[in-house]
Amino acid sequence: MPHLGAGYNLARWLARNDHDANDIVQEAYLRAVRSFDRFRGGDPRAWILTIVRNTCYSWLEKNRAPGAALTGDADERALDVAADPATQPEVQVLRAADRHLVRDALDSLPAEFREVLVLRELESFSYKEIADIIDVPLGTVMSRLARARARLQECLLQRTQGGR
Amino acid sequence: MTCEQARPLLSAYFDRELDVATSLEIGRHVQACEHCAAVLQQHDALRAALGAAPLVFAPPNGLEERVRAAVRREVRSNAPSVSSRWRWAAVPLAAALAAALAWSVASSRSAPSGEQIVLAELVSGHVRSLMADHLVDVATSDQHTVKPWFNGKVDFAPPVADFAASGFQLVGGRVDYIAGRPVAVLVYKWRQHMVNVFIWPSGGAGSQDLHSLAREGYHLVGWEKSGLTFWAVSDLNAADLENLARLFRGAA
Repeated sequence: MPHLGAGYNLARWLARNDHDANDIVQEAYLRAVRSFDRFRGGDPRAWILTIVRNTCYSWLEKNRAPGAALTGDADERALDVAADPATQPEVQVLRAADRHLVRDALDSLPAEFREVLVLRELESFSYKEIADIIDVPLGTVMSRLARARARLQECLLQRTQGGR
Repeated sequence: MTCEQARPLLSAYFDRELDVATSLEIGRHVQACEHCAAVLQQHDALRAALGAAPLVFAPPNGLEERVRAAVRREVRSNAPSVSSRWRWAAVPLAAALAAALAWSVASSRSAPSGEQIVLAELVSGHVRSLMADHLVDVATSDQHTVKPWFNGKVDFAPPVADFAASGFQLVGGRVDYIAGRPVAVLVYKWRQHMVNVFIWPSGGAGSQDLHSLAREGYHLVGWEKSGLTFWAVSDLNAADLENLARLFRGAA
């Protein structure tokens, strides 16, 4: 199955457990079969991952308890420019961060932040490709990625310096 | 450009997603601004941390089989809901989806130019290498094994280096056939993404240009060095692929 690895990885990051990711991926590939007529060429990986992502959200909405926080507080207001720590000690901490803490920190982010980071850092998509996959304007991808990175950094620094 | 203007753009600048004019302005600002320079360092550190972390979840055993079985059931029992393009594929189902999605060749009415043919062959060569079991003929990340392997198989000596420290791990090499001649191919892996670097002797005077373009969802980056033409093909984005080109060009 083409791009199954990438599809499963995205589903796992969005659903946050293996069992749901399994079900979501199977459902997504069925949807791909059904809508294959609408595939007009272009990047097949982006196409399949768009289907996986959409399947994730509709599956989670249907199967998770109502009110279960899917997204958390992905604050879309303007970046607080004055608040960047940006000091050398922090840079060193990030470089030396424990690998599993990094994974936990990413896992703790709201879904909107998690998905742009996965699509950018793991799947290496361009901003334009990400905008197409998550169906938002390019400018939103730009600001959301900037915010996602700031949040991830905050999370990591807290976990590394402040204990749990 | 002020700090207030630059700050919201630093993340996109780091990803090389800004237009040239804006990038230049930010570059100039960063040179004079300690704070913004530090922010960029943070981005770099964060990317390194993400690069080193175990962030890729592999599909569990049996998922591929389950998906294939579910797709087969769907086609058999729900013929009307399955797209017509699917049904007339005479080959086995999984192969049809794999082939169609992997190839998705855009049809063109005009006769392709010489260069277009080469680019098309490069993309096909890349995709083909990922489909069947023919990614490498010599599978090792030891450059001292890969380089001599090409002796007698191609009529030139491709430069072989492992760039694992920069995230590009050498997977191995093979010989391929592009535009009517045997070429050397070095295969690299960046996270889960494969990069095929096709190498053959250049025809004319060396050019300093770096060519970067996209075709059928893949990115290609081309350059010349020491009398050889290089083309890197991958689904990696252009910026990361251009990094690999830089590593090749910088290596002795």
